Amino acid sequence: MSDESTMALPVTDGLLAVVKDDCETCHLVVPVLAELAAGDRTFTVVSQDQADFPPGFEVLHDRELDISWKLQTETTPTIYRLAEGEVADQQAGWLRSGWERVAGTPGLGAGLPDQRPGCGSDTMLPDVYQRLMRRHSPHRISSRRVDLGSAEDPIEAAYARGWTDGLPVTPPTEERVARMLEGTSRAPGEVVCVLPPDLAECTVEKVAINAVMAGCLPEYLPVVLGAVKAAATSRFNIHGISATTYFTGPVMVVNGPIRRRIGMNSGINALGQGNRANLTIGRALNLVVRNVGGSRPGGVDRAALGSPGKLSFCFPEDEEGSPWESLSVERGFWPEDSTVTLFAGHGPIEIIDQKSRNPESLARTFALQLRMVGHPKLAGMADAIVVVSPEHARIFREAGWSKTRLRREIHALLTLPGAEVAAGAGGVAEGMPPQVAAGGKEFAKYTAEGLWFVHAGGDAGMFSAIISGWIGGAASSQMTTAAIDN
Amino acid sequence: MTALLDPTSERTVQERQLSPRLPDLGEGTVALLDISKPRGDVFIKRLEELFAERGVSVKHYRKPTFSKPAPLDLRQQIAAECTAVVEALAD
Repeated sequence: MSDESTMALPVTDGLLAVVKDDCETCHLVVPVLAELAAGDRTFTVVSQDQADFPPGFEVLHDRELDISWKLQTETTPTIYRLAEGEVADQQAGWLRSGWERVAGTPGLGAGLPDQRPGCGSDTMLPDVYQRLMRRHSPHRISSRRVDLGSAEDPIEAAYARGWTDGLPVTPPTEERVARMLEGTSRAPGEVVCVLPPDLAECTVEKVAINAVMAGCLPEYLPVVLGAVKAAATSRFNIHGISATTYFTGPVMVVNGPIRRRIGMNSGINALGQGNRANLTIGRALNLVVRNVGGSRPGGVDRAALGSPGKLSFCFPEDEEGSPWESLSVERGFWPEDSTVTLFAGHGPIEIIDQKSRNPESLARTFALQLRMVGHPKLAGMADAIVVVSPEHARIFREAGWSKTRLRREIHALLTLPGAEVAAGAGGVAEGMPPQVAAGGKEFAKYTAEGLWFVHAGGDAGMFSAIISGWIGGAASSQMTTAAIDN
Repeated sequence: MTALLDPTSERTVQERQLSPRLPDLGEGTVALLDISKPRGDVFIKRLEELFAERGVSVKHYRKPTFSKPAPLDLRQQIAAECTAVVEALAD
């Protein structure tokens, strides 16, 4: 990368006009340029395209468009007043009053119409913009450049190098990665974490490259960075989640103002397809774990069956429609904080209840389905998130049931008698160890920290969903929430 | 020409030789590592019997949880105290 970002303007004080031959308005204002050139101030004419436009002027030819980029010119013509190397005032297009203000000269352009819109600056042409952004980016990209052959399809090249999750990826060109890095104020070389299973240093730049491949927009990058950081903690244990023969992958719940700002979907089909932010943020985390962490199916990843959510499983909570405090508030953050919560899970399992009209009955339905998670005879093992839909949430709201109340009722319903869940009981070999299940002992299906409620979904449908967990507790994976920083 | 940026950690894979295979277990001590999976104890108990029949001494070790890598201290202890290790990996 070059150092043009610190390039100074060719002049520091006086008037400067940016024009181009391929612009009718620029031709229109040529007499005005002549009036300004006749004055005794410093006046510089910069041409974006032709070195001899306008004829008869001493023109500074901005062949590489570096001057226009530095001035952030969006329109030609634009008149600037510069003071000490900075733009003190400017007027885009032709507007007599504006040009008179900038130039400090009354009576400009007699005989011209009062105003005429300008043309787009050449710096705004898509391929030119990308090139200039790369040239002037303050970011120092240090990842290895993989040069492709002229006949090589970049999407196929990404497959061939083992970078994808099985779906096509957006080719991570330098231009796209530079634009992705605009989504954060953090330096590309900053180490986000040391990522298992390979214990590789994961930089902001590596996250950005994988976010490009996943299809993220730059404004999603802070969420992905937060998720990667949370994934690398011993508490979340992405190594174990990657390596297990179980179904599990990282499930992400996003809370706070960033959900709306980046257009995530917490409504109809919140757990399904169709929303770019939901899908690509979840995918980006999994690509980082694959490419930087080194977890690949058949390698470290030994899942017997896996689950489709290992491609992407990410959704925001519908906080506004919820009868309860949000997941992130429950986990100690303020409502105005943006957070991402990681949960080792898979699913969902459906909960149908179209008949309950009181919370006692609906809680029993929840409990019946929640007993299935893992196995009906195993207790104290897997955690779970219940995604409560609006039509089910309404029943708890109308009855004034808090989350704490609902959790307490379900825990009471899911205290399982040892005789029922012991290995071998009921003719089923699976179950709790018979020696500990003896003597009237009871088992809590979920630990005190093992059951969570999140509100999301469309307005119609008396269905909620269980996201089944892996093994909870400090020995395995615990729900982990990280603040999202810019 | 299109250039892509490498999304991987760019670490080169270190090729490591396997430790030399032991000609026999006569002199050494075998570590029996239980990773805290169900029925790992059953497997290890049977191995211990088989080693005892052959006059091989064993030492027992246990990972705190099967879901996380073995702590460094435990790995170093096994390497210092034993010449071979058998891990009860799965249920």
